[in-house]
Formats: sequence, C-alpha cells, structure tokens
Amino acid sequence: MIEILQQYWKPFLWTDGYNITGLAMTAWLLVSACGIGFCLALPLAIARNARNPLIWFPVWLYTFIFRGTPLYVQLLLIYTGVYGFGFVQHNEALNEFFRQGLNCTILSFGLNTGAYTTEIFAGSIKETNHGEVDAALAFGMSKITLYRRVIIPSALRRALPVYSNEIILMLHATTLAFTATVPDILKVANDAYSQTYNAFDAFGLAAMMYLCVSFTLIFMFRKAERRFLAFLQP
Amino acid sequence: MKKIFALGAAAMCALGIAAAPHAAQAKQLTQITFGVDATYPPFESLSPSGKFVGFDVDLGRAICAELKVKCVFVNQSFDGIIPALQARKFDAILSSMTVTPDRAKVVDFSSEMFDEPTSLIAKKGSGLMPTVASLKGKTVGVEAGTIQETYAKTYWQPNGVKVVSYQGQDQVYADLLSGRLDASLQDSVEADYGFLKTPKGADYALAGNATYDPQDVLGSYIAIGVRKDEPALLKKINWAIAKLHANGEYNKIQAKYFNFSIYNAEAAKQAP
Repeated sequence: MIEILQQYWKPFLWTDGYNITGLAMTAWLLVSACGIGFCLALPLAIARNARNPLIWFPVWLYTFIFRGTPLYVQLLLIYTGVYGFGFVQHNEALNEFFRQGLNCTILSFGLNTGAYTTEIFAGSIKETNHGEVDAALAFGMSKITLYRRVIIPSALRRALPVYSNEIILMLHATTLAFTATVPDILKVANDAYSQTYNAFDAFGLAAMMYLCVSFTLIFMFRKAERRFLAFLQP
Repeated sequence: MKKIFALGAAAMCALGIAAAPHAAQAKQLTQITFGVDATYPPFESLSPSGKFVGFDVDLGRAICAELKVKCVFVNQSFDGIIPALQARKFDAILSSMTVTPDRAKVVDFSSEMFDEPTSLIAKKGSGLMPTVASLKGKTVGVEAGTIQETYAKTYWQPNGVKVVSYQGQDQVYADLLSGRLDASLQDSVEADYGFLKTPKGADYALAGNATYDPQDVLGSYIAIGVRKDEPALLKKINWAIAKLHANGEYNKIQAKYFNFSIYNAEAAKQAP
C-alpha cells in the first residue's frame, strides 16, 4: 500500500506529468457531464410536459434511447462508431472534436445523464401542486413568469434528493472513461496494479477515492436539502 | 508461562504437519501445471475443439516430455496470472511473459524460451521510424500494462510524442485504422499475426523495431515463471530447455510456426 502510494500518489490525484489523470480527471468528467446534462435537461423537461406531441415526442424518444441502452454502448458508439464515418473525418471541426477521446467521453456522459435528469425534472414539474399554479395564474402571471418564479424553482427543489442520486450514479459511471483512453482514477489503479501485481491495494485505493468523492457529494447534497427543502420538513 | 509454551509447541506441530507433504511433493515431480492466457496466437490459444495450441504450448509439452512428467494447462487471463501463480493454482506461467525487473521481484524466471522485438507499425509509405525525431508531434497507441506502454512513456512522451494508452490491443488497431493514431507499438509477432497479415492491415507495415533502450524497460526475453520457493522446479525446467536446444527439438517446433529464428542468442548469453 505504502509503495503504491509513494509511486502513484501524483497520478492518482492530478497528473502523470503530461496529462491530467486520476481524481482531477474523474472530477472534471463528472462536473462537465453533469453541467451539460443539467443545461440540457431544464428546457427538455419543460418540453417533455408539453401538450403538443410534436414537442414532447422527440424529447421522449431521446430519453427513451439514452435510458434504454447501456452507457458503455453509447460511449463505444460515439467514440469508435461516429469517428468511423467519412463525413466526420473530412469535416475539419468535427474531426478535431471527435479525434479527442476526452471530448467523446464528455459528450456521451453528458447526453446520458441529460436523459435521466430530463425525466427526473419532468416528473417533478408534473407533480407541482395545482394550488401553486392556480395562485400564480390568479396573480396574473404570464406563462413565462409562472415557470420562472413558481414551477421551476419548486420543481428543482423537490427533485433534489433524486437528482443527488443521479449525480452519484454518474460518478460511478465515469469508471468507463478509460474505454475512450481517458485516464481516470481507475486507469491509474490499473497501472499501479500491473506494476505491483497487488490487486487489493491498487483497487482498494481507487475504491477509497471514489468513496471519498461520494461522501463529499452526499454531504453537500444533504446540506443543500436541509436548506432548500426546509419548507417540506414536518 | 506454561500456556505460552504449550501454544508454541502446538504451533510447531502444525507447521511440521503443514510442511511435510510439501517436502514430499518437491522430491517427486509427476506433473507440471502451466498457467496460460490462451488468447495470444500464434503462441498460445485454444483450438476450436478446446485444446491448447501454439508455439509456447508446444514448447511446454516438449519440456514435460524431456522431464517425463504429465503436462496440464490451465487457462488464466494475463492480468491475474501472477497472483494466480502465487495462489498455487498452477506451478508455472507459460504465457509469453517477458522478464522485467518488476516481475522478477515476485517471480523467478527460467532461461530464455524465445525473444521477440518490440516494433512500430504505421501506414505504408508514412516514413515513420521508432525514434523521437521521427515521431515528434505524432500520436502513438499502446496497450495499457504492457512493456511497450512503459517504453513509449519512458523515452517518447517526455520528448513531445503523444502516447495514448488503450485497454486492449484490438482497440489500438481500431484507432490506427480510424486514423486517430499515426502509429502503434507492440510485439512484432503479435503485430504480424494479429494485424498485418489480416485483410484489415493490408495498408500498414512494420516501420521498424525499437532498439534504443538504455534503461532496459523492454526487459530481456520471454521465459517461464515459477514461484520463488521452488528452485528445484526451475532447475529442471532450465535443464529441459537446454536439452531441447541441444537435441534440435526446439528448431523443429520453431519451424512449425515461424520462418525466422525467434531465439535471440545474444539475449540468452546475457542471462543471469
């Protein structure tokens, strides 16, 4: 254990000297994927609850596809499959984007968590108390103001416990990143393992790091729930 | 005090009992169990009927025949093969394992079985060579955990070559084909059989062998690995390998698989 720590503490935490690796890479994957997912989910969740089938159907199809297939397969499709198309390689911008394993990984993670987050937010928008909406309408609020001031803030608060779960699941999903050559915590653990042949220590160390990150996230969400969901407490 | 003595005596007895069958086993060698990662043709693989075949496996059988013992092969994935050896799932590793200082810390190695150079493959006519000057700014793919990864990261990455590690060798080839990689670094025979001789590899060629290695990261040669507590077995295996060379059996087996000499006499001379 000490030997691995001495030799690998730097790659485990942030760099192997040339690239960002380990914890820093895992954190970056998580933050960027969840950022993309959140930005994607907010408008899509509203569209998901629209009455017009031309609006809700495409969103339903998106969440159906991305929730219905394994993230691993999505990653392989985006990393290996999409780059195999001729038009991607011949278009300068697309080629530049898909050439990098990191871009492909963030894109697929973002789309995946976006689909789950959309459903989480859509569900909580749907369950907004009718009284709140009626009151807002009686106040003479326009549709946009109604969403901005009443429905969205209330829905996001109520979605918090489920959303925190999704973030932690996303953290665990980042272990797939090395499929697309992104050196996350697990890749460093694999390196340490193949160097020392001490599986329990190498992967145990990785597990401890994931545990620490999970614990931090849980702690932060617990704090946030205390604050934002105070009005729901008995 | 008496209690402690009694405990000590009991412990001695237990040790004695545990050690006794062990000693008997070492005296009389009746069979050798080899751990093999049978996914690496032409050295070791499973035939469609489930039999172990390949150059390495044939050498193993010949060694057993020389020692007049039974030969048993056990399939075991490469990344867990050293822990499995230490857990006594088999007696020796016979799986194209290159001797490296790190591996030698945990396993004793026999004398040379064979040797294959590490080589770079790239698109035909690319003019790339396995040198820093030629590869500067290019992207080179390697399989994670291999000596080739260590090599590329030791000599090339600090000097401006982009080195990308992959989970498996097939993924390296896939990205070489898709154009993400300019070149890839791996065992020469693996490159030849696994890629260049397949239809996909038609546009690619060997760009040269990696010879510059002052820090000796590529290790020396490929050998059989045994547990450190079994010098007797190691001695017998070494004797059998020498015998195979002396009676020409080695060359016969080699001719079955390769049209070149896979035994590096130079490396064998440097052997400890």
